[in-house]
Amino acid sequence: MRNSALILAIAPLVFAIAACGENSGQTANTSGTPGSNPAAPATRNRWDNIKSRGQVICGVSGEVPGFSFVGTDGKYSGIDVDVCRAIAAALFDNPDAVEFRNLNSKERFTALQTGEVDILSRNTTWTLSRDTSVGLEFAPVVFYDGQAIMVRKNSNIKSLADLKDKAICVQTGTTTEQNLADQMRKRGITYKPVVFEDVNVTFATYAQGRCDGITADRSALVSRGTILPKPEDNVILNEVISSEPLAPAVAKGDARWGDAVKWVVYSLVKAEELGITSQNVGQFTASTDPDIKRFLGTEGNLGEGLGLTNDFAARIIKHVGNYAEVYDRNLGPKTKLNLARGQNQLWSKGGLLYSPPFR
Amino acid sequence: MTNLKPSIWRDVRFWRIALQLVAVLLAAVVVVILWGNLQRNLRQLGISFGFDFLKQQASFDIGETLISYKPTDTYSHALWVGLINSLRVAIAGIFLTTIIGISAGIARLSDNWLVRNITMVYVEIFRNTPLLLQLLFWYFAVFLSFPRTENKISLWGFIGVSQNGLELPWFTLSPEFSALLLGLTFYTGAFIAEIVRGGIQSVAKGQWEAARSLGLKPGLVMRLVIFPQALRVIIPPLTSQYLNLTKNTSLAIAIGYPDIYFVASTTFNQTGKAVEVILLIMLTYLTLSLTISVVMNLFNRTVQIKER
Repeated sequence: MRNSALILAIAPLVFAIAACGENSGQTANTSGTPGSNPAAPATRNRWDNIKSRGQVICGVSGEVPGFSFVGTDGKYSGIDVDVCRAIAAALFDNPDAVEFRNLNSKERFTALQTGEVDILSRNTTWTLSRDTSVGLEFAPVVFYDGQAIMVRKNSNIKSLADLKDKAICVQTGTTTEQNLADQMRKRGITYKPVVFEDVNVTFATYAQGRCDGITADRSALVSRGTILPKPEDNVILNEVISSEPLAPAVAKGDARWGDAVKWVVYSLVKAEELGITSQNVGQFTASTDPDIKRFLGTEGNLGEGLGLTNDFAARIIKHVGNYAEVYDRNLGPKTKLNLARGQNQLWSKGGLLYSPPFR
Repeated sequence: MTNLKPSIWRDVRFWRIALQLVAVLLAAVVVVILWGNLQRNLRQLGISFGFDFLKQQASFDIGETLISYKPTDTYSHALWVGLINSLRVAIAGIFLTTIIGISAGIARLSDNWLVRNITMVYVEIFRNTPLLLQLLFWYFAVFLSFPRTENKISLWGFIGVSQNGLELPWFTLSPEFSALLLGLTFYTGAFIAEIVRGGIQSVAKGQWEAARSLGLKPGLVMRLVIFPQALRVIIPPLTSQYLNLTKNTSLAIAIGYPDIYFVASTTFNQTGKAVEVILLIMLTYLTLSLTISVVMNLFNRTVQIKER
């Protein structure tokens, strides 16, 4: 009897101790993967933590060529990846001071909220509710996208209306699910969504012919389309069913960190506007134009105001390049994706990219 | 003279109660600390805790529904639809897996070499590979490899098999549902087969001999004498397998079947209410599991030896 009482008493004790350990882990917000640096305490001291860690922990997808993708050499590349590299360049003068973590679309916000990653640069659409109820702080848009539908060329589907009663493959955890439902409801078209958690399974199911169409951001369709078994057999419908401004995001609560990320993104745009590239940035440091001098930090102390060095923009351009260079490297005509710049052109060239002044 | 009343510290009755009190207290403290921690973290992120979102409009579609559902319905209604979808797989799965498991379990002990070994191969393959892998296999390698619906294969004139699933005369089972159902059925069936085999082998040899000496045919020996006794051993582990099957239905999202876990995921994604949604899912599966346990325990009582 006595023994069983003891066991009864000890079992919850062991549980309590285990739970305590877990709890203290949570307060420090170290939900890191084993063997990697624990990320910062939630939000308050993120800035100091990143600095003392000497590394930015960046949440990416890792599954979308052109945005974030692990190449055959094991290296990450893509426009989302380059945003993180630019931040590392600004902070540490070293674009490789980044640890990338692959997140699926469902776990990404929790990873940011709990502090597992410092920044989410993972083709994430900026929406009001994500700003408020999810508690994110969005940086400027790095890619203006829109949701579209891809179908097989030989399917005789030419518009959304042709998809009546057809199966459409969708990935969960994104804005696409709701957008599709909204559009179809608006037009009174019934359809059958087949929803998956994994992006690879979603596209594989479409490729196998289970779904007549597949929906995602246009860029993602183009990008994933290049790795389908027969890319040329598929076509993206012209109808764009939503606007999807993709932006990096940080957790609410540390304004300094949010500001830094914001202005790093603006630096990329501003550099293109001023015509500064990774090739010619050296010559520009000798410029006498006060605008350029302030931007590159040879005059004034804008960078220090951000908690960075004054030459942070120069560092970014030196290591990562300006927006045009980043875009061309990852999505431009020389890549398989060959996406036209469209809305992602500078405002002065008819696009939507605009940087507030650096002064 | 010695004091006959022992000190309270040496009284086993005191310790029995005191230790339990301490344990309960500690557990309560942990819950309070965790709750406080959660509240603090949520407040820091400016997120509020509450279940009001359940009354909001869901705005997403669900591919397969048994009850009527449209995107303008509430999240709570969407969750109901998901729960019913989960139950549909779980109930059909438990029914089918019992048949397959018992058949395979008995076949494992068959006198026929071929039958015995075929079931052994089945049991060993299905028991020893991961369920997720099997589900993907059923989905991609089996159902999605069938011809397109225009040139469906016709079985016995009334079952159509195509990429659109199993078309029966009165309704169609989607490939997602079919793959999930068959995957769960055959996976769990392999475990049940072993449980049944063990149960049958646990019946004393004398029972076989006694039954045979009564002149019963082999089938009747099993049905009337051996199996009812084996059930006493079979039911408790069988309950665990039913629970496993029910909980494993949550893998549905891997192959696109809209179960409750899928609906909850989308709800979580659209509302950002991670803690609330996880709590709801935990409660749901807990309720399902406890219900199955209660039913099986009642059934177990009826097959136990009645001591008079």
